[in-house]
Amino acid sequence: MNVLMKLWPAPVGLVLALASSSALAQGAAAGAVTDKYRWLTFAVFGAIIALTMYITYRAAKRTKTAADFYAAGGGMTGIQNGWAIAGDYLSAASFLGIAGLISLNGYDGFMYSVGWLVAYITVLLIIAEPCRNIGKYTLGDILAFRNNPKTVKTFMAISTITVSTFYLTAQMVGGGVLVKTLIGIDYEISVVVVGILMLAYVVFGGMVATSYVQIVKAILLVIASLVMVVLVWSQYGFSLPAFLQAAVSDPSIQGRVANLLGDAARNMTPEQLGQRFLEPGLLFKDPIDQISLGMALVLGTAGLPHILMRFFTVPTAQAARKSVIWAMAIIGGFYILTLFLGVGAAMKLGPSNIAAVDKGGNMAAPLLAQYLGGGADSMLGNLMLAFVAAVAFATIVAVVAGLVLAAASAMSHDIWVGVIKGEHATSEQEVRAARICSVIVGVIAITIGILAKGQNVAHLVALAFAVAASANLPVVLLTLYWKRCNTAGVVAGLVVGTLSAIALVLVSPNMTYPKPLKAAAQKVVDAAPTRIAKLEADVAAAPDPAAKATVEKAVAGAKKDLAGAQDTLKKFANDNTSIVGLEAPLFTLKNPGIISIPLGFLAVFLFSLFYRDERAASMWDELYVRSNTGLGRAAAAAH
Amino acid sequence: MNGQSLNWAAIDADPRFRELHAKKSSFLWGLMIFSVIYYFLLPIGAAYFTDLFKIKLWGVINFGLIFAMSEFIVAWVIAFFYAKKAGEFDAMAEAINQQAQHIGGKR
Repeated sequence: MNVLMKLWPAPVGLVLALASSSALAQGAAAGAVTDKYRWLTFAVFGAIIALTMYITYRAAKRTKTAADFYAAGGGMTGIQNGWAIAGDYLSAASFLGIAGLISLNGYDGFMYSVGWLVAYITVLLIIAEPCRNIGKYTLGDILAFRNNPKTVKTFMAISTITVSTFYLTAQMVGGGVLVKTLIGIDYEISVVVVGILMLAYVVFGGMVATSYVQIVKAILLVIASLVMVVLVWSQYGFSLPAFLQAAVSDPSIQGRVANLLGDAARNMTPEQLGQRFLEPGLLFKDPIDQISLGMALVLGTAGLPHILMRFFTVPTAQAARKSVIWAMAIIGGFYILTLFLGVGAAMKLGPSNIAAVDKGGNMAAPLLAQYLGGGADSMLGNLMLAFVAAVAFATIVAVVAGLVLAAASAMSHDIWVGVIKGEHATSEQEVRAARICSVIVGVIAITIGILAKGQNVAHLVALAFAVAASANLPVVLLTLYWKRCNTAGVVAGLVVGTLSAIALVLVSPNMTYPKPLKAAAQKVVDAAPTRIAKLEADVAAAPDPAAKATVEKAVAGAKKDLAGAQDTLKKFANDNTSIVGLEAPLFTLKNPGIISIPLGFLAVFLFSLFYRDERAASMWDELYVRSNTGLGRAAAAAH
Repeated sequence: MNGQSLNWAAIDADPRFRELHAKKSSFLWGLMIFSVIYYFLLPIGAAYFTDLFKIKLWGVINFGLIFAMSEFIVAWVIAFFYAKKAGEFDAMAEAINQQAQHIGGKR
């Protein structure tokens, strides 16, 4: 502990900030930012990184005990914790991803954002306050109250690490790709920089630094979004109908809808096409899959270890409640802003241009910032792009820090202290263990991030929510609210919930199935010679230079398609099955929740009823009274 | 407060705690069920009641958009409503906590 403190004199923060920002500069290649203004990007990145390093330096001085490290000494206020929860939750996926989904698919993208907010009603009404009253540092603490402590802590820690690792991998890979697209530094370098920064926050500053970094980042995120919304909406006199009317009349949006609908768009007028952008069904085709995702969101958020852990940072159940209400106000307000960002980006930039930079639309918000500041050649445009890019970067680092802290706490507090040392460890020993575990988890995260380069990891966030909803939520909920719940039920619920969610995803359409891919690629390859020949004949026959340029573009596109198809054929040459050996999905839904959540609950019910557990039954009165009144609450600060 | 000396079973059986439990449970679970049903009406409506969702109500703004926005409003109203109601539960819990040492005698 003292050794670590000596490693952290004031200048270290600055040096680290400069080092990471010059590491960013070293690997620079082509990104969304033009070369001329790259210095601006690094200046903004450097400033934000230096700010977070200063926060970490201050926090490190305050991080002395285990309670400080895991729970910021229980000294956060409701408002602070509300901003920190919003910071934890508004990952790059929701900041950039949802704005992108709206810009490319209109209504369905907005509908998607609703579930992420509604999820907090579950947290508010049935989870946050009992968690604060019963728990101390981890989810394992809550379960250990009435169940066999060593057994449930072991299984809960495994589940926490599983959920956090899925989420973490998605963030690391998504973050690496994002930073590469934004400012053009190499994927591996961005993953390592994200990892090192995040480790600095967690190892030196624990929960104190992680919380304040989340707060600062959430505030920056909201400011950046607000400024952009004001700029884009003011052009329409802050009128919602006028703003959306402009979207409906926008030719690039109409073109996008025509593209998405294909043959069905043939008899539609331009105005109808534009209106279709504001109607459901452009992105989501399977309502059951949507409901399944909704279940995972609404129940999974209340089972995410890195979110629930935040309730141990406030002193009372009242403060926990207040923090959820603040978080709901911030998160909901933010998603309303993304509607304007998404539709605004679609109008100002055109959906096809957004999709050209990044297929998922992740660049919609940053490119809109650049446009609103005056475009790619202007100083202000590039400053705004740099700011949004830096906020997105800070978002990734902060969310990863929260996840690593959750996983490391489960390892050190539940496994090392709870199981191996039988609860006999001094506060200093525990803090040291927690720091070592953070480094272990961090190194694993960096390694996975690099190894998973180029993999499709988008489904991992959905999987994290599905496991949290199918395993963590049933056992926490039933431990808190059901008298007959016991150790056997908890273990069965965690095992069945986790394994069924993972197994269903492994046999779902999320996986890569080479056979249909190869068939489609073969079709492209077979048709290519005639297609290219025809287009080249068109080039020769083009009446004027403008027409010629259009057709030449089409030729280049056709050649690109051919090369892509040939790559696919080569990549899967000796491969006919998915990683679990299937030629086609066994389970047709992308989201397993609708099956795995009931299975998780059923397992807790059945095994609790079949086994007898005297301790679980005898502790019920105490747990239930404490959970409802806050009597005898473990005040983190007192330890 | 150190809770080790309290008689938990007696507090659990105390009429004041029973009253808190009954009020809180029916309020919270009622609100929870309402919010879940209201939320799932959105994907269900978007998939099966598209004609309703397409009806234009305010310029180009259709029922579907208004309904999606109402989800935000309803979530905030539930949060606000609960925050107000929770003051009542807090007061009841506080009254029990004050008496906790005396309920059912020391163990």
